[in-house]
Amino acid sequence: MTAPKRDRPWLIRTYSGHSSARASNELYRANLAKGQTGLSVAFDLPTQTGYDADHPLARGEVGKVGVPIAHIDDMSQLFDQIPLAKMNSNLTINATAAWLLALYAATAERQGADPAALQGTTQNDIVKEYLSRGTYVFPPEASLRLITDMVTYTVDAIPKWNPVNICSYHLQEAGATPVQEIAYAMANAVGVLDAVRARDDVPEDALPRIFGRISFFLNAGIRFVEEVCKCRAMTALWDDLGRDRYGIEDPQMRRFRYGVQVNSLGLTEAQPENNVIRIVLESLGVTLSKNARTRSLQLPAWNEALGLPRPWDQQWSLRIQQILAYETDLLEHEDIFEGSKVIEARTRSLQEEALAEMQKVLDMGGVVAAIDNAYMKQRLVESHTARLRAIESGDLKVVGVNAFTETEPSPLTAAGSDSILVVDEGAEREQIERLDAFRSKRNDADVKGAITNLRDVLKNGGNVMPPSIRAAHAGVTTGEWADTLRDLFGEYRAPTGVTASGRAATSATTQAVRARVDAVSEKLGRRLKLLVGKPGLDGHSNGAEQIAVAARDVGMEVVYDGIRLTPEEIAASARDEGVHVIGLSLLSGSHGVLVLDVLKRLADLGLGDIPVVVGGIIPEADASELREAGVQRVYTPKDFDLTRIMGEIVDLVSDAD
Amino acid sequence: MPTDAAPASRGSSGGSSALAARLLAGDRAAVPEALNLVDDTRAPQREQARDLLDTLQRNRESLRGHRVGITGAPGAGKSTLLDALVRNLRPRGRSVGILAIDPSSQRTGGALLGDRFRVRSGANDDGVYLRSMAARDRLGGIADATAASVEILGAVFDYVFVETVGVGQSESEISHGVDTLVFVAQPGAGDSLQFMKAGILELPDVFVVNKADIGAVAERTASELSSGLGLSTPRADGWEAPVLLVSARDGAGVDALVDAVDAHAQHGLESGAREAGRRAGRAHAVCAALAQRYGAYGLERVGGRDALEVRVREAEEESVASLVHRLGQFIEGALTGR
Repeated sequence: MTAPKRDRPWLIRTYSGHSSARASNELYRANLAKGQTGLSVAFDLPTQTGYDADHPLARGEVGKVGVPIAHIDDMSQLFDQIPLAKMNSNLTINATAAWLLALYAATAERQGADPAALQGTTQNDIVKEYLSRGTYVFPPEASLRLITDMVTYTVDAIPKWNPVNICSYHLQEAGATPVQEIAYAMANAVGVLDAVRARDDVPEDALPRIFGRISFFLNAGIRFVEEVCKCRAMTALWDDLGRDRYGIEDPQMRRFRYGVQVNSLGLTEAQPENNVIRIVLESLGVTLSKNARTRSLQLPAWNEALGLPRPWDQQWSLRIQQILAYETDLLEHEDIFEGSKVIEARTRSLQEEALAEMQKVLDMGGVVAAIDNAYMKQRLVESHTARLRAIESGDLKVVGVNAFTETEPSPLTAAGSDSILVVDEGAEREQIERLDAFRSKRNDADVKGAITNLRDVLKNGGNVMPPSIRAAHAGVTTGEWADTLRDLFGEYRAPTGVTASGRAATSATTQAVRARVDAVSEKLGRRLKLLVGKPGLDGHSNGAEQIAVAARDVGMEVVYDGIRLTPEEIAASARDEGVHVIGLSLLSGSHGVLVLDVLKRLADLGLGDIPVVVGGIIPEADASELREAGVQRVYTPKDFDLTRIMGEIVDLVSDAD
Repeated sequence: MPTDAAPASRGSSGGSSALAARLLAGDRAAVPEALNLVDDTRAPQREQARDLLDTLQRNRESLRGHRVGITGAPGAGKSTLLDALVRNLRPRGRSVGILAIDPSSQRTGGALLGDRFRVRSGANDDGVYLRSMAARDRLGGIADATAASVEILGAVFDYVFVETVGVGQSESEISHGVDTLVFVAQPGAGDSLQFMKAGILELPDVFVVNKADIGAVAERTASELSSGLGLSTPRADGWEAPVLLVSARDGAGVDALVDAVDAHAQHGLESGAREAGRRAGRAHAVCAALAQRYGAYGLERVGGRDALEVRVREAEEESVASLVHRLGQFIEGALTGR
């Protein structure tokens, strides 16, 4: 029997990177040897927000959620023995995307490759950074300018590069419904394309090629039938937009191209082995429909809600993809949904609702306006709140969390902290040493010249890419590049999206907690005041926002000043605002350093008796360390019941008084 | 030393008089404790708070901080403007205390504060103090503790900014508690028109059209405001409220705004309008608090609003909180026939 004709599989990747360029390079080569077909680079938070490892804000964050890349030697080390001319790399980088692409191109040149041959993607979607992920640096207008610079530069100089990956991924992580995910992603793409079209330096005939290079990065949730419809709806909407709004005639250029990382929001800390099944089902949503199939797929690991996955955990996820692509008959068929009335109807309704929501945003003045007035952010926070309330009430079942919670002990987590990856605490020190050594051997005059050139070009409205590539070769660091731009453009803080209006109690338990808040407030003499703080560079603010909303709804006064605060600022705010209790939220794994620092600074200000609770992805071993240091409660993703958390916070304040 | 108009103080006032002394000496470290105290509803704390505020009132000459209200519709860019003001004033060596008033939920008492400073300015700077408060009692109004907090901040900082969401009536509410009222208009949002309709165009001392970087729309709003002001009757104190175009984002026009606030402060000192305004503000605060608690009927028992105002004016050495307390007891006595 002859083998049936099979489609080529999507690019198989794993989002990874940690500790150092050397350690990450070893991991990448090991993954490629196991049959991974592309790379997806995770950068650490200092790199994502434009700080060198020795900056005060970088403390505790170096090498935690990704690889630190400060200069061209780091980048060269990262791709040692990996020929960039043949690789397809996805760089998850946004505010500093132009810089990391410059380092990537300069590294390719060092390897003797022609930048024109490079293939890959810079995420470079700043809108979702404002809305959800939080690693923005510059104000929206400046960010949009950097993005359009990259679009116009790459279309000729690196023509196989996807300069912008419009991400609806993070919108779903922030709670977006499918309609919101589609609508805001499309509005975002329109924002970029309109800005590109408005530039004087873009010839009319380049527009189809530019349109053709815009790619997307989607999420895939557990409701995989609806996810199939979502992908089909986006494929159709994008085709319409290309033809009707931008006059793109070539259907090839209007193809909706997207990559996927499946949902992390729905992964559970309770019975974490079940996450493997969730990941498989979520993969189906974006691969089943041939006409709307993903171009590349990266899967999280089963233990992501516990801590950083080990290489073996990542391998397990890699095997899911390989079994789906090579063992099943998925790639042998034409689109299996052709003619399905059910799929067509849901696709159409999603398309129509999303179009209306997108139009709403465009009518407001587009995505930048809808960031500034917090419209989109508020919608997302509302959706997320509704989701959490549904889990709390049991209307939305999550196996192992609020249903079927009885379980045998899991042999997979029996090893405790050995069942996750612990980043070497020496990584930060080593990166700083490496940085010092690099700085001392470079030519200072070249560096100064390159920085001056970068500033001059940007001031005169020139394209950011050529002077950045020159700066990369000259030995400029990530912090120096970003400082130059911060000087020119300023820094930005986005609205938090948590609105001030409270809601009536939805359940008896909420009402009981509210009565407790009233009673304790009376005893205190003032209304119970909570400070929600997000120390460090991690910008994933969804958790902090939900805590803030829940606390307000039980009648507390909540001070929430948004992301990226130093421990010093948090302690000072606690003093000046006169709060009774502090909640810290962290997701980057830097909880040790930062939480201890907050505690120390509170003690220094004589506020050591204010109870502190901490929430985030915190392994049990770390949690007990934090408790020993004086943290009153540690909450992790398994603590989904916000009302119960609120009740405990009230008790803490009552006991402390 | 309590005046004969005030009841002899009972309980422990030692703590509060030490606290008052520290505030009057400009000690920033005393501010959090003082603000907590005036926000406290427990009886002994309220008494201490009255002592503290009486001491401040007796030393009112030392409450140097110029009090500036910043109001405007949600989204007009008040917080960004405030941030631009702080960044303008700090390099000149002027210190700033800020009270950010948030509307709180009427049903739950809960409130989300913060989200104030869109751009970080001077977090480790002792010359800046930010306190957020919920507007707890009166719809659209400002919390009772606000006026007391303004006094406290005014003892320590050169400027006291009170930021509040404008919803019509609250402009007149806040105008009683500050020396200079800045109204921030959003370009093209039509709120300037609403403002004129509401008939309170005479309240603000400075008009700002924020987001001047968006160009023509901002300029149109500014000219609408200017012509609206031209139509209204001239103010009794002779001050002509300027209309300024400001871009908080790129800092354009912020210098002019600071100059306008300073000019109004100067005008207030020279014409005596500031002193008169603070006195009228006290009378208003006392009447409003008593009216809220005892109603018009209660006020009539002490001779009505006019008589009350005279009594407040005569008790120059007594704080608003003490006056409300003392006169409240009197009304209660009259109402219960004791």
